[in-house]
Amino acid sequence: MSKRKMFFRMITASLIRRRSRMLVAMLAIVVGAAILSGLVTIYYDVPRQMGAQFRSYGANMLFMAGQGQSSFTMEDVDKGLSHIDSGNLVGVAPYRYESVLINEKPTIAAGTDMAGAKSTSPYWFVSGEWPDESGEVLIGKKVASTFKLVAGSEMSVRYILEASGDEVEDATMDFTVTGVLDTGGAEEEYIFISLSDMEALTRKENAIDLAELSVSASQAELESYVKDIGDHVPEITPRLVKRVTQSETTVLSKLQALVLLVTVIVLALTMICVSTTMMAVVSERRREIGLRKALGASDGSIIAEFMGEGLLLGGVGGLLGSGLGFVFAQGISVNVFNSSISFQPLLVPVTVIVSILVTGLACLQPVRSATDVDPALVLKGE
Amino acid sequence: MSLLELKNISKIYGELKALDNVSINVEKGEWLAIMGPSGSGKSTMMNIIGCMDKPSLGEVLLDGVDISKESAKNLTTIRRDKIGLIFQQFHLVNYLTAVENVMVAQYYHSLPDEKEAMEALARVGLSERAKHLPSQLSGGEQQRVCVARALINHPEVVLADEPTGNLDEANENIVLDLFRQLHREGTTLIVVTHDPEVAEAAQRTIVLDHGRVAREVINENFAD
Repeated sequence: MSKRKMFFRMITASLIRRRSRMLVAMLAIVVGAAILSGLVTIYYDVPRQMGAQFRSYGANMLFMAGQGQSSFTMEDVDKGLSHIDSGNLVGVAPYRYESVLINEKPTIAAGTDMAGAKSTSPYWFVSGEWPDESGEVLIGKKVASTFKLVAGSEMSVRYILEASGDEVEDATMDFTVTGVLDTGGAEEEYIFISLSDMEALTRKENAIDLAELSVSASQAELESYVKDIGDHVPEITPRLVKRVTQSETTVLSKLQALVLLVTVIVLALTMICVSTTMMAVVSERRREIGLRKALGASDGSIIAEFMGEGLLLGGVGGLLGSGLGFVFAQGISVNVFNSSISFQPLLVPVTVIVSILVTGLACLQPVRSATDVDPALVLKGE
Repeated sequence: MSLLELKNISKIYGELKALDNVSINVEKGEWLAIMGPSGSGKSTMMNIIGCMDKPSLGEVLLDGVDISKESAKNLTTIRRDKIGLIFQQFHLVNYLTAVENVMVAQYYHSLPDEKEAMEALARVGLSERAKHLPSQLSGGEQQRVCVARALINHPEVVLADEPTGNLDEANENIVLDLFRQLHREGTTLIVVTHDPEVAEAAQRTIVLDHGRVAREVINENFAD
């Protein structure tokens, strides 16, 4: 039998046949490795998870009319969208704004795609229903209050097509209020109708003033999209909503720093626990160490055997921990972010290697103290 | 030339002389017993002969080499190559089987050989118990594993500290029979004991008292 085979036979026998003691150290390593693996998974998945969460706070990119132009078309919007990864696009809402008269009082009407508005502004609170047919209107809370309108009310909207002197050419459309919009912002002073109703009312087709986009991407990706679209689609001026994108970046970096800090603390605690357990192991095996030295073991052999046990423990603990870590990360993701995460195979060897390194470091001091054992103590029977 | 020569050795701890100018020769193939009350210096002498301690004064020649001046690292090598140890409390590694315990001595000496370890266990009548853990063996069986371990590397000297101290009479006789067999095969035996019956089994007995050789007894009735 080779020395190496005997070495592994001894350290595996020590771990398997003395499992009650080694279970404590193993448990510490498994828990540490699970938290490490879980938190690293979350660390890398947080931008995606949080990105989706941040999208509920509204659009983070705008398309405005290109230089020297007052509006752009839906075809221009599509050209701009072709430069954004479709998987990252959460929603797009084109808007056309016109001043209309309600009971002869000027009000802003916004023509939009209701489904798009819903996806780019998920924080809008609607009492009633969103319009889904021609002739239906969503009105802001302040408009509802001014004109004493509620869901189900009928209203007329008048648009001045042309006015010269006393001659006024206008168009009027009747709408049914389906819901009242509460946003806490300027939208409460607007009414929202479909783009097709806006085109019919104003007799002007395919003119977009602004498009709001909700894109799930990092700050760098968003900036690259803006540059790309700016370079290739002159009809559009793309802009980032800096207030949103910057706060996203700030929150994400703080969250990632927190996760990193917790990971480091957990690793340090694991190291302390393993070190304490190994110290106890060395202490209770002083007689065995003395015996081995009496049988001719060099300090190097003693170090190799105890370090071997520690590293094997670290490897097995790391392997178990990486599996548990995925379960842990999945639990957090499902409960906190309402979405699942994918298994990262690379994390398994990384967790095992880190566990082995941490266990190795934790074993250094206990193993060093093992070499101080005097072999004569076994003869003394102490 | 004697296999082991202790020349005027003393071991001094502060004011205390654990060994005081002791000289002993042990011939190759001899069976020597060392007796004495507690505190007489037996353990100190065992440690020095077993290369686990060095005398404060004097020389210890093992196979012609003065081991009293060797470094701790060299003493480990000498102990591994030339000395087989048998303990009163057996000192088997509790998570290794009987055969693995024997192989541990091979592991530190040269190369583990399970077949040879099994033969050593068979020699002490334990081939059927080779795969048992120490906790599954009786005291006598554990001591026999200890004997097999001490012999596996064919040492120059077998050093036994109270080898029958924890055994009943039946197992004591088994161990003494093993020693007789070893002696017949030419093994040099040094046995530290309190038990006069064990000492009487040896060729010669040295009695220590207060760190000195009080007397030396040749066993006229010695028979293999």
